Amino acid sequence: MLIGHQPKEFLLAVSGLTVSFDGFKAVNDLSFYVEENEIRVIIGPNGAGKTTVLDLICGKTKATEGSIQFRGKELTKLKENEIVKTGVGRKFQTPSVFEDLSVFENLEISFPRGRSVFGSLTFQRDAKVKERVEEVAEMIFLKDKLSTYADELSHGQKQWLEIGMLLIQDPDLLMLDEPVAGMSVSERAKTAELLNRIIKNRSVLVIEHDMKFVEDIAHKVTVLHQGQILSEGTMEKVKNDPKVIEVYLGH
Amino acid sequence: MIINSRFFNRSELIGFVSLAVLLFLILPLSLDIFRLNLVAKYLTYAFVGIGLVLCWGYGGILSLGQGVFFGLGGYCMAMFLKLEASSVANTKIQSTPGIPDFMDWNQLTAVPMFWKPFYSFPLTVLAIIIVPGIFAFIIGAAMFKRRVGGVYFAIITQAIAAILTILIVGQQGYTGGINGITDLRTLYGWDIRTDHAKFILYFVEVVLLFGCIIAAQFIRLTKLGRILVAMREQEDRVRFSGYSVANFKIFAFCAAAIFAAVGGAMFTLEVGFMSPSFVGIVPSIEMVIYTAVGGRMSIFGAVYGSLLVNFAKTMLSESFPQLWLFGLGGLFIAVVLAFPSGLSGIWADYVQPRIDRLLSSRKPKAAWTESSVADGAPAE
Repeated sequence: MLIGHQPKEFLLAVSGLTVSFDGFKAVNDLSFYVEENEIRVIIGPNGAGKTTVLDLICGKTKATEGSIQFRGKELTKLKENEIVKTGVGRKFQTPSVFEDLSVFENLEISFPRGRSVFGSLTFQRDAKVKERVEEVAEMIFLKDKLSTYADELSHGQKQWLEIGMLLIQDPDLLMLDEPVAGMSVSERAKTAELLNRIIKNRSVLVIEHDMKFVEDIAHKVTVLHQGQILSEGTMEKVKNDPKVIEVYLGH
Repeated sequence: MIINSRFFNRSELIGFVSLAVLLFLILPLSLDIFRLNLVAKYLTYAFVGIGLVLCWGYGGILSLGQGVFFGLGGYCMAMFLKLEASSVANTKIQSTPGIPDFMDWNQLTAVPMFWKPFYSFPLTVLAIIIVPGIFAFIIGAAMFKRRVGGVYFAIITQAIAAILTILIVGQQGYTGGINGITDLRTLYGWDIRTDHAKFILYFVEVVLLFGCIIAAQFIRLTKLGRILVAMREQEDRVRFSGYSVANFKIFAFCAAAIFAAVGGAMFTLEVGFMSPSFVGIVPSIEMVIYTAVGGRMSIFGAVYGSLLVNFAKTMLSESFPQLWLFGLGGLFIAVVLAFPSGLSGIWADYVQPRIDRLLSSRKPKAAWTESSVADGAPAE
């Protein structure tokens, strides 16, 4: 790794990233780079540190060492909400939507305006907000559910709603943690279609176990094992890597 | 500001109008001045309750220390009234005339610096808002920025209530100690102890209460109100939608503190004294119970809860003083276990549907269908 010679086009540059929980290194000296408009899938066995990597990038967990550069900005020093404002969106593994609010209100809260206390007191639900909410709702197949409370949605619909909440933020980097887990076959197909539509003009970092799904969408795959990179490259290359077969794909 | 198409939906409008009729007409016309003054005292807790609805019901921040802010507001008002009551003419038998009596008993010879602003009524009114506001801001910033929340926050607020009580009791020369600040007489020469003054003060208080109700309703209907609900459910999702969760919690906590302080100031005016017994742990918990009984998600519920529980308290403690605390504890357990959304929940689940059915059977296809509710914005 040549410090100072990173090519400019990297959207996200993770270098030397380490996090240790009471001595246990969940992520150990990890470096990888994501380009503009790239879809990168992270795979790996349980406990490999996949979710931790996303937590580190979005600021949920603080890094012990290393750096995360996003468009030249150092993310490890920023607070979660500031990281969101630089253009990083994160979807959690379990759908986390606001169940006591309607689909419309869920999406509206994520609309990137009026995010300060006084901004939110004076926030107006104007035509622009409504238009954007409806546009996103249509994309996530929830257009006719705008006034439904989120707790009445199915598991898959909640997942879509959360993806919609990220879309409305229009992030440059979208991070999705197991977006199709727990979905029915038809929901899964719809989600793949949805993801293929929304990944235009942005980079996406996805954690997923469903290899079929990974093959469908990935430009490049990173295999994590015990907090370190085991293999990286195209799906074809990774699939045939004997180390990957041994620890992950083989069983 | 029109966020929903209407400021109150139909059931809220009914609640608002019926509360106005009750407080402005029925109670003043039917009660004698002694009972009306008791109602005024009960209603001072409704201010605290409204704040708790925002902070606890909506924001999910349980504060067991609202007595602190109630007390700060009350003490600010009491300090002004005490200084006015301690004119040289009134206190000429003291060794230092012109200072409050308890200061004289504690060998103070001059009014302390921090009492000086309270010679001015405008400054006092400002202090009633600013002092609790700033205090709540400091506590809120210290706790929420460090992500202290839930039970830990509740315990800390309770500790603060205990600390403030001990401080007030201990600093007798500056605060009047355990007796509090008593023997308050006039406001700009207007005797607040007369029946007539109590009657006027009742109406002043009810007007202020409606001011607070409208302010709380306004906050509830803005996006900030929805963010509070969102925060209560999925704090991380709010954070990763680009909001500083701590700032919103601080706002809710400060708003609740200021409402409580207005109630405390009115309490001092209605009752004619202020003491540490309204600051500590027990009154703070009682205030949470009033809100829980009324329904912690309902602004009107908080008002009715304060009225009813206090009314019951007066009745029961007049006849069975020992039983009251058990009654209160039992009530709290019953509400939490059986009716988590309190009286307003019982109303919404059982009474409201019957009324609706009655009305709609009489007037088929009434005008109030869903058309007036904004798209995607359920009225509740």
